[in-house]
Amino acid sequence: MADVPWTVPPTSDIVIRLEDVSLFYGSFRAVRDISYPFRTHAITAIIGPSGCGKSTLLRSINRMNDLVPSAHATGRMLFHGEDLYGDGVDPVEVRRRIGMVFQKANPFPKSIFDNVAFGPRVNGFKGNLDDLVEQSLRRASLWDDVKDKLKQSGMALSGGQQQRLCIARAIATEPEVILMDEPCSALDPRSTLLIEELMLELRERYTIIIVTHNMQQAARASDETVFLTMGDDRAGYLVEAGATTDVFTNPTSKLTEDYVSGRFG
Amino acid sequence: MTTQAPSVTAGTVGRSLRRTGPHWPSLMFMGLLALSLLVTLLALLFLIVDILDRGLPVLMERGVDFLTSPLSSDPAEAGVSQALWGTLWIGIIVAVTAFPLGIATAVYLEEYAPTSRLTRLIDINIRNLAGVPSIVYGLLGLAVFVGLFKALGFGNGRNVIAGGLTVAVLVLPIVIITAAEALRAVPLNIREAGYGVGASRWQVTWGLVIPAGFPGILTGIVLALSRALGETAVLILAGAVLGSFSSGNADLMGQLLGSYTALPMVVYRWTTLPQEEFRQLAAAGMIVLLVITFAANGLAIYLRDRYARSW
Repeated sequence: MADVPWTVPPTSDIVIRLEDVSLFYGSFRAVRDISYPFRTHAITAIIGPSGCGKSTLLRSINRMNDLVPSAHATGRMLFHGEDLYGDGVDPVEVRRRIGMVFQKANPFPKSIFDNVAFGPRVNGFKGNLDDLVEQSLRRASLWDDVKDKLKQSGMALSGGQQQRLCIARAIATEPEVILMDEPCSALDPRSTLLIEELMLELRERYTIIIVTHNMQQAARASDETVFLTMGDDRAGYLVEAGATTDVFTNPTSKLTEDYVSGRFG
Repeated sequence: MTTQAPSVTAGTVGRSLRRTGPHWPSLMFMGLLALSLLVTLLALLFLIVDILDRGLPVLMERGVDFLTSPLSSDPAEAGVSQALWGTLWIGIIVAVTAFPLGIATAVYLEEYAPTSRLTRLIDINIRNLAGVPSIVYGLLGLAVFVGLFKALGFGNGRNVIAGGLTVAVLVLPIVIITAAEALRAVPLNIREAGYGVGASRWQVTWGLVIPAGFPGILTGIVLALSRALGETAVLILAGAVLGSFSSGNADLMGQLLGSYTALPMVVYRWTTLPQEEFRQLAAAGMIVLLVITFAANGLAIYLRDRYARSW
C-alpha cells in the first residue's frame, strides 16, 4: 500500500476541534489538556501505548462515554464550532452525526439487512430502505459477499465481514464523522488490509478518526497522526501530532521517535 | 529424522508416554458425581412411578369425567372441575399481573435505575423476598387482597382474584430476578452498537436489549408459572376453600367472585381424607397438575426456541 498517493484532501476545514480537553473517570484523570483540530475528509490515526487514553478520547467525541456513570469531561470539543458537551446538546443526535465502529465487531443478533437498517429506522428514515441498505453495504465493500443472504443472521459472517457489516451499519445513518476504535485488532492481515482500503475510499465522503495499536496501519492508512503517551500521573497527553509522514519519518520528539520505531509501547 | 533432539531434563528421560494405571482420584470423583445424579433421578423416578401407579387407573377408568365432575364426598363421583377452573384463573391472573410488572421492574432496575446504594439495597431485598416462605405471602394476601375485596363488599373477599393476586405477589421476585439476570447477560457491546448509530435509550432497550434477553425472560416466566400453579400454602390463607363449596362451576362472575379452590388444594384435601379411594384420586389430581405444568413449560420452551431463531 506504499504507492497510495498521500495528497492532502482539497477541503481543509476543521470538523472537530478539541480545546484543552481533559477526561476523568471519577477523580482519576485519564486524559490531560488535549487540543487538536481534526480535519474533514482526512483519516486521523490516534496512536500511543496501552492505557494512554486513546479509546477514552475517541469515545468522548461522540459522547459514548456518557454511558460510563463516573466519566466526565472538561475543556471544549467543538463540532463545526458547536460544543458537543454544551447545554441542551442531545447525545443521541451527536451519535447520529458522529458514528462509531468498535474494537470487537458487534453486529446485532439480527439479519444482515436489519443490522444495516436499524440505524435509519430508529432515526425515522423515510426513503427507500432497500436502496439505502444496498448502498451502505456497497460502500462497505460487503454487498457482493452478502447480496444473496440479506435475511441471514449477521452473526454468521466471518470476523472481517462482521466488521465491514458494522461499518455499513455506521454508514447507513449518513454520519459526517466515523470513529473507529481499533477496528482491526481482532482481524487477520487480509481482512485488515480490506478495511484499510475501505477507509481510504470512505475518506471521500466521511471524516475518519481511528485509534490503532498497529503502527504500520497508522503509517499506511492515515493522513494525520496524533501521538499520545502517559505522564507520571497516568494521564494521557498529546506528545506530537501532524501529517503522518512527518510524525513517522521526522518526529520532533524523542518519545515519538522511540514509539514509532518500536522501542517502547 | 536427523535433527538434534532438544535437551530433556533428566527426570523425564526414558519415561514412557503410556499411563501406568488408572488415575484413582479422578475416577472416584467421577463416580461420586454419577452417583449423585443417580440418587436424584431415582428419587424423581420413584415419585413419578408411585403417582402414576395410583393415579393412572382412576384416570383410565373415569376419563374426561374426572376433569368435568365437581368435588364430591363420594370418591366414585368426585372430580376436579372447580379446581381446574381455579388453577386456570390463578394462572391467568399471574400472567397478566406478575409478568408485565416483574419484567418492567427488571428493565427499570437494569437499564434505567442509576447504580446507587439505594438500587443495590432494592436489588438485595428483592432477592431476599424470593426466599420468604410462602405462608408469609398468604398472610399478606389475607390482610391486603382478601381484606380489600371484603371492604369493597364482595362477600367475604375470599375469591380467586384475591388468591391469584396473592400468588402473583409471591412469584413477582422470581420474575424480577430471572428477567434482570437475562437482561444483565445481554452483552454491553450490543447496547454500545445501538447507541453508536444514534438510538435513544428507549430504542436500545426496546429494540435490542429486551429482544436479546427475551429467551432468558421466558425461562423466568416458566419458573414463576410452575411455582404459581403448584402453590398451596398461600391459597389456604388467601381463602381457597377445601371442601366442595367452591363455585367453580358457576358463571364467569360466580367463578371470579365466589369461593374458589385450586388443584394443589384439592390434592392436599384428598390426601387428608381417610378413604383409600381419595388417595388414588389425589394421585390422579397430581397427574393432571403435572401435565398442566409440563404443558405450560413446553409451550414456553417452544416459544423461546422459535423466538431465538427468528429474531
